[in-house]
Amino acid sequence: MSQTATKVPVYRGEFGPAQAERLLWRAGFGPRRGEAEALAKRGLDNAVHALTRSGRQRFVGPRAKDEKGRPLAPRDAWGHDHLWWLDRMVRGNRPLMERMTLVWHDWFATSNEGVGSQGLMLRQNALFRRYWLGSFRQLATAVTRDPAMLLWLSGTENTKWSPNENYARELMELFTLGAGRGYTERDVREQARALTGFRNDWREGVGPTRFRFDRERHDVRTKRVFGHRGRFDWHDAVRLCVTHPRHPSFFVPKLWSYFIPVAPPRATRLALERLYVRNGYAVRPVVEAILRHPLLYNGPRMVKPPVVYTAGLLRAAGRGIDTESWTWLCANAGQQLFYPPNVSGWNDERWLDTATYLARWDLAGRVTRPAALDPNKVQAPFDADKLLDRALGFWGHPPLSAGTKRVLRGYTARALATANSSWKKKSYPALIENSLRHLIAVSPDLQTS
Amino acid sequence: MSRCCNEFSRSSLLHRAVAEAGSGLPAIEHGMPVPAGTGLDRRDLLLRSAGLALAVYGAGSLGFPGFEDGILEAAEAAPNQPVLVSVFLDGGADSLSLLAPIADPDYKRLRPKLALPDSGLVFTEDPRLRWHPEAAALRTLHLEGKLTVVPTVGYTDADQSHFTSRHYWEVGATNPGLRTGWMGRYLDKAGRPDNPLQGLSLDGELAPPLATHKAPVAALRGADGYRFWAPGVWGEVESEMLETLGPLGAARGRGDKALASIAGISTQAQRLRHQLAPFNGKGFGSPVTYPQHRSGFPQRLAGLAALLAGGLPLRCVAMRAYGMYDTHSDQPDQLAQGLKLTGESLLAFQRDLEARGLADRVVTLVWSEFGRRAEENGSRGTDHGAAGVAMLMGTQVRGKMIGELPKLKEGIDRNGNLKATVDYRSIYTSLLEQWFDFDAAGAIPNAKAYRRLELVR
Repeated sequence: MSQTATKVPVYRGEFGPAQAERLLWRAGFGPRRGEAEALAKRGLDNAVHALTRSGRQRFVGPRAKDEKGRPLAPRDAWGHDHLWWLDRMVRGNRPLMERMTLVWHDWFATSNEGVGSQGLMLRQNALFRRYWLGSFRQLATAVTRDPAMLLWLSGTENTKWSPNENYARELMELFTLGAGRGYTERDVREQARALTGFRNDWREGVGPTRFRFDRERHDVRTKRVFGHRGRFDWHDAVRLCVTHPRHPSFFVPKLWSYFIPVAPPRATRLALERLYVRNGYAVRPVVEAILRHPLLYNGPRMVKPPVVYTAGLLRAAGRGIDTESWTWLCANAGQQLFYPPNVSGWNDERWLDTATYLARWDLAGRVTRPAALDPNKVQAPFDADKLLDRALGFWGHPPLSAGTKRVLRGYTARALATANSSWKKKSYPALIENSLRHLIAVSPDLQTS
Repeated sequence: MSRCCNEFSRSSLLHRAVAEAGSGLPAIEHGMPVPAGTGLDRRDLLLRSAGLALAVYGAGSLGFPGFEDGILEAAEAAPNQPVLVSVFLDGGADSLSLLAPIADPDYKRLRPKLALPDSGLVFTEDPRLRWHPEAAALRTLHLEGKLTVVPTVGYTDADQSHFTSRHYWEVGATNPGLRTGWMGRYLDKAGRPDNPLQGLSLDGELAPPLATHKAPVAALRGADGYRFWAPGVWGEVESEMLETLGPLGAARGRGDKALASIAGISTQAQRLRHQLAPFNGKGFGSPVTYPQHRSGFPQRLAGLAALLAGGLPLRCVAMRAYGMYDTHSDQPDQLAQGLKLTGESLLAFQRDLEARGLADRVVTLVWSEFGRRAEENGSRGTDHGAAGVAMLMGTQVRGKMIGELPKLKEGIDRNGNLKATVDYRSIYTSLLEQWFDFDAAGAIPNAKAYRRLELVR
């Protein structure tokens, strides 16, 4: 294993707070105050290990509550599912576990829009968390019989009498092989037959329940899939996909794309594919290799997904979940958890447009609002540099590029210059400090990592 | 619970994403064609004279003032241009339900639960067929000779991916690599370099059939509610703050895709904030009553009639119909809702054009990416099929059925899908020649291979 692993290039440059900060954003939800500096001291390898082999789950900070101070009801109240998970992202000490759970939620994207049960969605979420860096083969197998998925892609409507191709098609097209890669329309139909047999009951007041495999509904006859013949069932259907020769070349670039926004170089991709297959389709070694890859540290920046952006701002501001607004605000920004737009998940390259930009603006404003300075009570310094430094302090002094600092300083000077009377000279600095907090949060430095 | 298949919603999403051109390609799975229009530059324009907020694609070297002049000139130079409106039934519309062959002995066998009862709405050109009970508006148009029905349209070896098949229809060729739309290529040859209204998407995003190589085209979108709110900030400080959005977004340069995208979007957002400030929706002055619906589909048609009445130089227009036609389950309700509102809205649009004296200038093409499997599935729905349905509406269409709905015994291929009796490119080539008086070879690859149909009076 280590021999293969060495063929994936490893970052050997400086691993300081800036690199640690990027790692914490890509593999989590950004640093809390002082976290980047602490992680940098451990060096790259230990830092990656700290993320991939972290210990017991602990939660730090104030417990999540709604506006009225009541605990969340993630199984029942609309939007509380989103808040419940966001809270784990904000307060949890195992950021990569939450991030991988988000990866699998996007990979096997299931929407409560089609499932209609927050309870079943949370059950699926627990499944993703359980397999976070485990075997992809086991994960794909477990997902195939997951109740939310069975409802979402018509798994329990797929019977030997009337096969439904929905899951079979997506299993190959989106989950394991890629569109048109190594399968035919006939394979879709045959796989649908192999996947027949799941059923569930429906009980008044409970909804869909008793999900199970019913041999009576399963088509036991011989199928022909990818040129293999056999009396395949759902275990075989998944196995045939994951062991298909074209699966690793689908899996690796897709997993990679969640961490690094440019495609892996060919040699890296092939080495990662070998690593993946030789480890029996285990995810951990691949993720560890990606997190140590030079392109993560010296490659291009990535736009933060809306929930990552939101959780990160809350972590930096030291604020917990205390309002239900994060659900609709994140939805406006294009990402409501448990409601991906469709089975291919969120489009990670298209987070920003003029509408979602406005939504991110609103998110940032909502984080800063409770702490907004009242110019009648607080007198802020009439000094551009001091104002900027104070505003940066609100976010735990994230590193800003020189260009961003220049624009913010220029703005501050212009805004101060509008204070042409004594009452304005007193009150405007506080307004400007408020505005600087907001502007820092929507700067390219904080919207990307 | 109703669900469409999810490749369907993904396909619409990717199309939407792609339409937001100018900041790189969306993530598309291996083997999927890249939708037409990808990579076109997008700019925003407020056409003050008409009160329209437009997104302009393929802007080329001309600035916005040039467009306003071009639009005026185009309007004056050719005031009575023929107009083609493309209305897309998204998801794969089921022709066996739109025109139910109730007398066919195989119909009930294939559709034991979904077969429609005899609606009494006889399809006069083929008495074996009955209109869907909610398609009365379409039947009215047909009885008046203003609706041509093409009951089985498609192409050989129909691809059953929404994404791929829709792409083939959009680009007018079974070529996954083509990046311009069939109407877009027409506009490239016959359009003007300075009139983005010649190709207008009404869904707020570039419609791939309109994607051009160089001619500008436009998308119209909603124009209210774009306001920036900052807690604890007001007055002069707020004005200065909001003027900083663009420069701040670009403060780190455009060195990689993420930074380029945030720089572009921030700048656009700042501009849009200004552009939309004076804009408020005015009525369209429609002489007829359109159905009211939250989807906005009837209102978009009402707006289109108003644009035409206002003398704006539109030529090719594209939009999505109301409805979810990917009816894998719960087909009866889904289809009924879609057909009812779409049919009634189209009828209102036609009446509107007639009342405004514009009817002879407009032909509307209604199409879908494929049809449904002839045999229903076990979920009160139907899976993806081959031949779908298309319709042409207007006073200038011939109103005679093209192709046929064969007896089911003979009309179904080995995959259980309806066979096409008309190739969709026959419609395109015939429309280009008969409606636009344009040599179809200039827009449709291998145009001479397709039989011409008599579509226009």
